[in-house]
Amino acid sequence: MPISVEKSLLIIVAVAVTTFSTRAIPFLLFPKDKEIPDSIKYIGKVLPPAVIGMLIIYCFKSVNPFVYSHGLPELIAAVTVIVLHVWKRNNLLSIGVGTVLYMFLIQRVF
Amino acid sequence: MKQLKKGGYARAFRTAFPFTIPVLTGYLFIGIAFGVMYQEKGYNFLWAILMSILVYAGSGQYLAVNFFAPGVGWWDVIFMTFMVNIRHIFYGLSLLERFGRMGKKRLYMIFSLTDETYSLLFITKVPKDVEEDKFLFAIAILDQAYWVLGSAIGAIAGSLIPFNAEGIDFAMTALFIVIFVDQWLAGGNRIPAVIGLLSATAFRMIFGADSFILPSMICIMICLILGRKYIESEKKQEVKKDAD
Repeated sequence: MPISVEKSLLIIVAVAVTTFSTRAIPFLLFPKDKEIPDSIKYIGKVLPPAVIGMLIIYCFKSVNPFVYSHGLPELIAAVTVIVLHVWKRNNLLSIGVGTVLYMFLIQRVF
Repeated sequence: MKQLKKGGYARAFRTAFPFTIPVLTGYLFIGIAFGVMYQEKGYNFLWAILMSILVYAGSGQYLAVNFFAPGVGWWDVIFMTFMVNIRHIFYGLSLLERFGRMGKKRLYMIFSLTDETYSLLFITKVPKDVEEDKFLFAIAILDQAYWVLGSAIGAIAGSLIPFNAEGIDFAMTALFIVIFVDQWLAGGNRIPAVIGLLSATAFRMIFGADSFILPSMICIMICLILGRKYIESEKKQEVKKDAD
């Protein structure tokens, strides 16, 4: 271990508390017994689809279309997942085939 | 057969399990990657387990591995962790009411609100034969169990994995795509989804890969607030169409 046990434990605690507080902030701002404002209810409802769209881009954040492999493995695998899912609507099939295809593409093809 | 009646935890976990399989695949492998990284710094599996139980954050724990070095300041630890998790500040807004009904389990639900659990809670419809709070709790617990298990495996045997697992983390990407497609085809309002995709793409191009999430999140909030009238009128039209 590069640093002492005590310091290591304290780092874990600091990271844990900080992570928890980011997740807890909305619940502190709008406690259980307080009426939730209409505008917050609205945001809560429309936020998840927007966040999921953002998370997809987040997953592809390291893709650079201007250098080899031009994001092609990511594109091919993502399109495969979309097509399979629209066609069969089976989560495991779409995720399983997409992942195996992606692994094959980056390990063997590109 | 007492535990089989509606409300039993056994039933809640059994019903929740199939919904969590995509996260099982993804978490196991990104958990393994974390365990391997942490172990390479000289921390054995007990440390990996401890961290995955207490912290429970994918990108947060990847980043945190770098803190275990001489000379890293406390302010760096707190500030960088905060920045990498900042998108989570907004997630709870969607779950204030649902978690509010969950009694003592509420605290754990807030703690365990990762990207994946958040997305899963949003997309999953609670089956009729289980109690909502136990079912949501089961999803959250199972997800974290996969994460802890993955990190333990990575720390113990990461270097012994007999096949090349490069790219397996695409399971998480595929999970988000699947959820996106599901809600896109569900026939609801598609504007928020498009706002999310476009803001993140635009800010990724402007700010680069390491610092685009906060501006994207702010832009998403602004668009959703400013576009409220338009988005809600779109919603009502759909309801009307359904009624016809």
